[in-house]
Order: sequence, then structure tokens, then C-alpha cells
Amino acid sequence: MFQRVTFLPLAIVFAVSVLFAIYLWQIGPGGKDISTLPSAMIDKPVPEFDLAPIEGRKLGLKSGDLKSGLSLVNVWASWCPPCRVEHPFLMALAEKGVTIYGINYRDKPADALRFLRNLGDPYKRIGADTTGRVSIDWGIYGYPETFLVDQTGRIRYRHVGPISSEVIETVFNPLMDKISKK
Amino acid sequence: MKTVIFLLFFLATPAMAIQPDEILEDKVLEERARVISKELRCLVCQNQSIDDSDAPLARDLRVLVRERLQAGESDEKVIKFVVDRYGDFVLLRPPVKASTLTLWVSPIAVLIVGVILLLARFRKQAKNMPVKVQPLSSEETKKLEAVLKKDTR
Repeated sequence: MFQRVTFLPLAIVFAVSVLFAIYLWQIGPGGKDISTLPSAMIDKPVPEFDLAPIEGRKLGLKSGDLKSGLSLVNVWASWCPPCRVEHPFLMALAEKGVTIYGINYRDKPADALRFLRNLGDPYKRIGADTTGRVSIDWGIYGYPETFLVDQTGRIRYRHVGPISSEVIETVFNPLMDKISKK
Repeated sequence: MKTVIFLLFFLATPAMAIQPDEILEDKVLEERARVISKELRCLVCQNQSIDDSDAPLARDLRVLVRERLQAGESDEKVIKFVVDRYGDFVLLRPPVKASTLTLWVSPIAVLIVGVILLLARFRKQAKNMPVKVQPLSSEETKKLEAVLKKDTR
């Protein structure tokens, strides 16, 4: 009896330590990213929306545009520093022939146009979400965010934060291959 | 003067994230909006509700909640609208679901285990204790007093 009572607390502490060790491993060497949240929009059709182009541009963006083939939808703003960081990677993707649509979040038209003039324009179409309402329909909470939308207009993946060559190689390319093969 | 300054502190109210232009004229609707806002997490700050947060997204969501209430929607419908877009994580009080079972059950389980351990311990102690404490005999009392006297000297 005496032995069991002293053994039990030790066993509990040990079990909890093991649990913590597992969680720590997951977010460290395990590579699990706990800073991004799972999207509630995965495998759902894109929300219904119809956005006017940025003032001074011709093509706006509406949900119907996203049903003509596999595409990326990138939410960006000229005032968002990580958007600048990821921009070259979007340019590279566009050069390879990936269709990229843009949602310009709460931006001034002049600033958005200057951003594109200086850094290049990878977007096939851009909708100007001046009120941020359409972005809420997409469940967006950080900028930039990039969605993978399949040919039927369903959201298949969401990436929060700037994309990088690593994200493209390990996530987007394999997913796009998989979806387009079907 | 000091008292006056001290009393003035009681006039201070906590700074609020909500802006005057967001507040609805209809007091009942505004009250409902405040209650809903306190239940919804600001996803930018994550440990604040949209009612507490200064983030632009929180403001957008506050305005959205008020617009939908004004359009005549029920509280549940407004909350569902936000959850449909942002997932259960947006709720500051997580719903009871298969995926959140550990969260809800583990505190109760720990409490039950603790109570069982404590009871086991009490029972053991009760077993080892002598059934009745005998009062000191008059001889023992004398001895004790003698010892105490010796000690205080």
C-alpha cells in the first residue's frame, strides 16, 4: 500500500512529461506549424462574390472566374510586408504557367498599382476588396493567404503567410500534380 | 486633495476597442451584439475577443455582426455565419464534439482521480490512528507541568 501511494504521483508526472515531450517534438523537429489555423473552407466551394477591378485596371474577379481550371487565389495588399517577400515566388509561378488570381485587401488603388508596376504583375485577374467583406467570406485572418482552387471551384488548400520556394515545392506542386492528374 | 484624486480613479472606465461609430442606436440590438462579440475570438490576436481587440479584422467582424443583427437574424445564425467561415476556433468557448472531448473530459477525469487518491489516503490514515485518545491521568498532568516549569526557567 505504502509503495503504491508513492509510486502513483511519480507515474503521473512521468506520463505528463512524456506527453509534453511529444508535443514539443511535434512543433520542433516534427515540423508541425501551430501558428496557422486550419481553414474551415477546405473542400468547400469558393464563396459567392463579385469584385470590381482595382481602379485603373480592367479585369475584376468573381466566383465564376475560378471554375475554369486549377488556380491559386492570393490575398495581398501593398501595405503588407510579407506580401512583398512572397511576390517574386508568385512571379516565378506565373512564368511557369500557373494561373494566379488576386484579391487586393483594403488597399488604395494608387498604392496597389504602384506595387504591381514596381514588382511585376503575376495576376490574371484582381478583385479589389476595399471593405474587407469578401475576405471575411473566405475566412481570411492574416495576410498574405494563398488558396488552391480546383477546376470545379472548390477550395483544396490554404496557406497562411508568405509562400516560399520550400512551400511551393513541398506543398503546392505535389498537390497541383495530384489534382490535375485526376 | 489626495482623496479627490483617489476618488477620481473610480471614474475611469477601461479603454474599449469598440468605436463610437460602430455602436448601434437600438440599445437592445447593441446589447446583443456586445454579447455575441464577447463570444467570438479575434483571429489576429487569438486570446482576445473581437469585442476587446483593436485589430482591423476584429472591427470588420464587429460591424458585420451588427449588420446581420439589424437585418433581423437570430444570435445563433449570426454566430453560425462566422463559424462557417472561420471554424470552431473562432468560438472562445469550444463546443463539445468528438475532437474536443479530451479538452472537456480531462479536467473532470483529473478531479475524479484526485478525489480517489485522497480518499484512499484518508482511509489509510484512519486505519492507523488509535481509536480513542486517552486523557492524561493526574500523575501525568503533574509530570507535564513539572517539565513545562523546568523549561520556562
